Amino acid sequence: MAGINELRERIHSGSSEEIVAEYLEKIESSKLNAFITIARENAIACAREIDSKGHDGALAGIPVAIKDNISTKGIPTTCASKILTGYIPPYDAHVIERLKDAGAIIIGKTNMDEFAMGTSTETSFYGATKNPWDLERVPGGSSGGSAAAVAGGEVPLSLGSDTGGSVRCPASFCGVVGLKPTYGVISRYGLISYANSLEQIGPFATNVRDVTALFDVIAGYDARDSTSIKKEANYSSALKNDVRGLKIGVPGEYFGEGTDETVEKAVWDAIHTLEDLGASWKEVTMPHTKYALAAYYIIAMSEASSNLARFDGMRYGLRTEDSDWHTTFSQVRAAGFGDEVKRRILLGTYALSAGYHDKYYLKALKVRTLIKRDFERAFSDVDVLITPTMPYPAFKLGEKIGDPLSLYLADVDTVPINLAGVPSVSVPCGFSGRLPIGMQIIGKHFDEATILRTAYTFEENTDFHTQRPEGF
Amino acid sequence: MIAKKDLEHMAWLSRLELSEDDKEKYTPKLNSVLDYFGELDRVDTEGVEPTYHVLALSNVFREDEVNMPGSSLTQDEALSNAPKKQDGFFKAPRMM
Amino acid sequence: MYENPDGVKIGLEVHVQLNKLKTKVFCGCATDYHNDPPNSHVCPVCLGLPGALPVINKKAVEAAIKVGLALNCKIEEHTQFYRKNYYYPDLPKGFQITQYDFPISSWGYVMIEGEDGEHRVGITRAHMEEDPGRLVHEGTIDKSKYTLIDYNRSGMALLEVVSEPDLRSPKEARRYLDKLRNILEYLDVFDGNLEGALRVDANISIMGGQRAEIKNISSHKGAERALLYEIVRQKNVLRRGGVVVLETRHFDEAREITLSMRSKEEAHDYRYFPEPDLVPLKISGWAPAIKETLPELPDARRMRFVEQYGITDDHAKALTSELKLAIFYEDVAKKVDPKTAAVWICDVLKGELNYRDLTIDAFKREHMLSVLELLSGKKITEDGAVDIIRTLLDKGGSPEEIVKEKGLVIVEGDIVSTAAEEAIKENPQAVADYKAGKEKALNSLVGAVMKKTKGRADARAAREVLLGKLG
Repeated sequence: MAGINELRERIHSGSSEEIVAEYLEKIESSKLNAFITIARENAIACAREIDSKGHDGALAGIPVAIKDNISTKGIPTTCASKILTGYIPPYDAHVIERLKDAGAIIIGKTNMDEFAMGTSTETSFYGATKNPWDLERVPGGSSGGSAAAVAGGEVPLSLGSDTGGSVRCPASFCGVVGLKPTYGVISRYGLISYANSLEQIGPFATNVRDVTALFDVIAGYDARDSTSIKKEANYSSALKNDVRGLKIGVPGEYFGEGTDETVEKAVWDAIHTLEDLGASWKEVTMPHTKYALAAYYIIAMSEASSNLARFDGMRYGLRTEDSDWHTTFSQVRAAGFGDEVKRRILLGTYALSAGYHDKYYLKALKVRTLIKRDFERAFSDVDVLITPTMPYPAFKLGEKIGDPLSLYLADVDTVPINLAGVPSVSVPCGFSGRLPIGMQIIGKHFDEATILRTAYTFEENTDFHTQRPEGF
Repeated sequence: MIAKKDLEHMAWLSRLELSEDDKEKYTPKLNSVLDYFGELDRVDTEGVEPTYHVLALSNVFREDEVNMPGSSLTQDEALSNAPKKQDGFFKAPRMM
Repeated sequence: MYENPDGVKIGLEVHVQLNKLKTKVFCGCATDYHNDPPNSHVCPVCLGLPGALPVINKKAVEAAIKVGLALNCKIEEHTQFYRKNYYYPDLPKGFQITQYDFPISSWGYVMIEGEDGEHRVGITRAHMEEDPGRLVHEGTIDKSKYTLIDYNRSGMALLEVVSEPDLRSPKEARRYLDKLRNILEYLDVFDGNLEGALRVDANISIMGGQRAEIKNISSHKGAERALLYEIVRQKNVLRRGGVVVLETRHFDEAREITLSMRSKEEAHDYRYFPEPDLVPLKISGWAPAIKETLPELPDARRMRFVEQYGITDDHAKALTSELKLAIFYEDVAKKVDPKTAAVWICDVLKGELNYRDLTIDAFKREHMLSVLELLSGKKITEDGAVDIIRTLLDKGGSPEEIVKEKGLVIVEGDIVSTAAEEAIKENPQAVADYKAGKEKALNSLVGAVMKKTKGRADARAAREVLLGKLG
C-alpha cells in the first residue's frame, strides 16, 4: 500500500497510467461498495496526459476519490440519493479546481449516507459500504466510501465532508487519518449543503503526511464562498516529530458511560505515549458537552430542511408524473428522498416553524455559544484536547439503523467540534480485537499546525497506522 | 410531541407526500428525537446570545463586475439536466 | 380633509429591480438580459444548483442605502440577510434570500399629492432581496396546462419598499407609485422602462374589514385598475351579506380583474432564519458618506425651480415629476425666459406628448429653443408655435423648415390694418354690439381678421388695431 511519496517516484518515471490502471482494477473488483461512480475514461485520459506532457503540480498523477456530495463537472454527482439520479454538474467545486491544478486524478465518486445524513453509510440509495476490517461491519459515516476506499487500498487519497463527525468517524472506524479543518479554511463552493454553518470538506489518507499534503492543496481562500477565510499556510512545513512542551487537555465529559473500555484504554495509552515524548496533560472540564448532541441535531436539521428545498425535479434529478405543481413537488420529493432524509427535513421544519422556533432553533444556537465558550476556556490553558473519536469501534451492519436516536448518540464525541468550528484530526491509536480505534486531536481555531504536528509525532513513534486490514 | 395533524402540516410545508403508513412509522421515531431535544430545556441560556456564525466575519462583498468567462453558463449548460424543457425554458407543471 | 367614504385602506409593497447595476445581487451574471433568449444569463448561483453559494454585490448595498436615505428612512448599522422558506416554481432554491429583522432601512416617508392636498405616506421599510425567475403560461395562468420558467431574472437585486396602509384611494396609490418611481429615477439606480423593473403587490381593505393581497401588478395604471376593481368586488361581497376573507388574489392585466388564488398555501410559515452562507453587514459609516453623494431629489428640485426660475409651484411640480423632463426644462430655461419656457414645455409640449403616448425623448431641446426664440422675436403667432410642435412630433423636420413650408411668419402692419378695416366694414352688427357694450362682440371681429390673414396675424395685435379703429 503506497503512500504518495512512493507513488510520486513512479509517476515521475512516467507510470501514471499504470498506477491508475492498478487502482481501477482494485476498485472494479472490490467487495466494499465504496464507489458510486468510477470515472474510468477521465482518469485514464488524465494519466496519459501527465505521462506524455509531465506536470509539476504537488499531486501530479495521484488518484484521489471524491465524496459524492462534492460537485464534479461532467461526472455524475448524486449525494447517494435517488433524487439526484442522472445529475451531472456543469461546474467543479473549488476544491476540485485546486486538485486539477495540482495534477491530481479524479478517479471516482465515493459512497456516503444520503445527503451526508448518517453515521454509518447505511442510508445510501446505492447500498451500504463495507468496512474493510470486517465486511459485516459499517465503515462509519457519512463519508464511509472515502474512508473505506483509502483503508482498502483502492485509492491513496480521498475527500469527505464533516458536518457532525462525518470525516472523523469513518477515519476512526476504518483505521485511517481524517481531518476536519477549522470552519472556513476549505472553501464550501461546490459542496452540496447539508448544514452550512457546521460543515467542512476534509481529507483522508493512511498517514498524517499524506493527509497534510492533500490539505495543503485544497485549503485556502475562495472569493465565491462568503464564509471562506483568508489564511494560506503551508501545513506540511509544520510536521515535525516533536511535542516537547505541548500541553494536552483531557475533557472527562468525552469518556462518558457509553464509551467502550477498549477505546478508553487505547486513548489513554496514546496520551501517555505523548507524555513520554515530552508533552504534559491535565484534565479540563467542558460542562456543556452533554447538550451538544441535541443542539447539533436541531441546528443541522433546521438548516438541512431549507438546503434540501431546492430538490423539486424542475431543473435536475428525478421527475415524476406532472399534475398541479404542489402535488408534483410533493411526489417528486416523496419518491426521491429516503426515510432518514425525510425525517430530518420534517424535524428541521418543525424546529424552525412558528411557535417552535424559539424553543428549538434559537435555543440550540444559544447552547452553541455556551459550547464554544467551553472550548475557549479550555484552550486558555492547554494547546490541544485529546478525546476518543467514537465511543466504540465499528458496529455491525443493520445493528443501529432501525433506531435513529441510537445512531445519533454515536456522534456524541464529534459534534461539539463542529458547533465550535475548531479543527480536529482523527488518527488510529489502537485496536479492539481487529477493529481500529481512533483518537481525536482537537485544536484552537486555525491551529491545524499544532494538531497535525501532534498527530505526526504520535504516528512517527507508533505503528498503528501501518496496519492493514486482512486481504487488502 | 408531534400529533398527526402537526406531522401533516410539516409535510405540507416541506412538500413531502406521506402515505398513512409513513405517518404511522415516522411518528414514534420523530417523537423520540423530539423528546431528546427537550434536554435543552435544562440549560440556562438567560442573557446568552445565539451563535449564527461561528467566525466573526462581516462585510464580505464582491465588486459589481460581470463574471470572468467560464463562470456563467450557456443556455445548453443551464438546461443540460432539465428533466423537461421547451424552447429554451424549463418546463414545470401547471399552476392550478 | 378627505372623508374616505368607503373606509379604503391601501398599503403597497413595491419591488424595485436595481437594473442599473451591472450584475445580479449574489452572483456575477450580467443584468442586460432583456432581449436575450431564456436561461442565457444564469450561473450555478442564480440557478440554485446544489453546492453554489451567494456573495453580496457591494454596489447593491450602496444603492439600497441611497434609496433608504431618499425615502427619509433610518439606515440600520448592523444588518443581515435571511432565508424566507416557501415553494413556488419560480424559486430555484426553495427559499428566497431576503431581509427580515433589522432591514437595511426603515421608518421613512414620502409626500404625495393626496385627495385633499399634501399627504404623508409612511414607509415601513425598504429592504434588499433577490428576484425569483419568470414564469410564462400558455394562455392565462388558470388554464395553462404547463408552466415555462426562465431564470434570467433570478438573482436580480430587488428593493422591496413597503408602505404603511396610509393610501386612501386608488388615485393616491397611483400617485404614490408615480412619486416613488420619480425618486428612484432621480437616484439613477433603476431604469423604470425596462420590463419587470417595478412590480407591485397591493393590500386593500374597506370598512375596517380583512384585506386582500393582490399580486402580479406590473404598471401604475394596472395598480389603479386592480384597486378600483377590488373596491367594487369587496363592496359587492358585503352587499350580498358576505365577509371579505384574508386571501391572495392574482391580477389579470388583460381582463382587469383579480382572481382568487386561494389554496392551502394561505397557511404561510416562512420559517425565517439568518442566511448561513452570508455573513452580517456592519455599515454604520456608510450612510453619511453616501448622503453626500445623493443627487437633488424631486421635492428639493421643485422648490428650487420656483425660487430660481420664478415659475408657479404647479409648473414646478409638473416639470420635476420626471427627471428627464426636469433636465430638459433647465437646459431650455438657461437660454430663454424661464416662465415662458415653463408654460410652453409644461402646458403645451407635455400635452402634445401625452396625447401621442410619447416621452420627452421624442422632442429636441434645440427645437424648443428655436420655437421660443421665434415667438419672443414675434416672428410667429402662438397658434403657429403649436402647429410647429405638432408637426415636429408627427412628421419631423425642423422649426425653420416648417415655418417656411407652412408660411407661418407673422403678418404685420398694413396687412393687419387693412384686414381690420375690412372686418369692421363687413360686420356692422358686431360693431354695433360692441359699441353697445357687448365686449364679446370684439372676438368675432378678431376672428374675421384672423380669417382674412389666414391665421398669420397675431391675435393680440389684431385686437389692438381693431380697438384703435373703433375708437
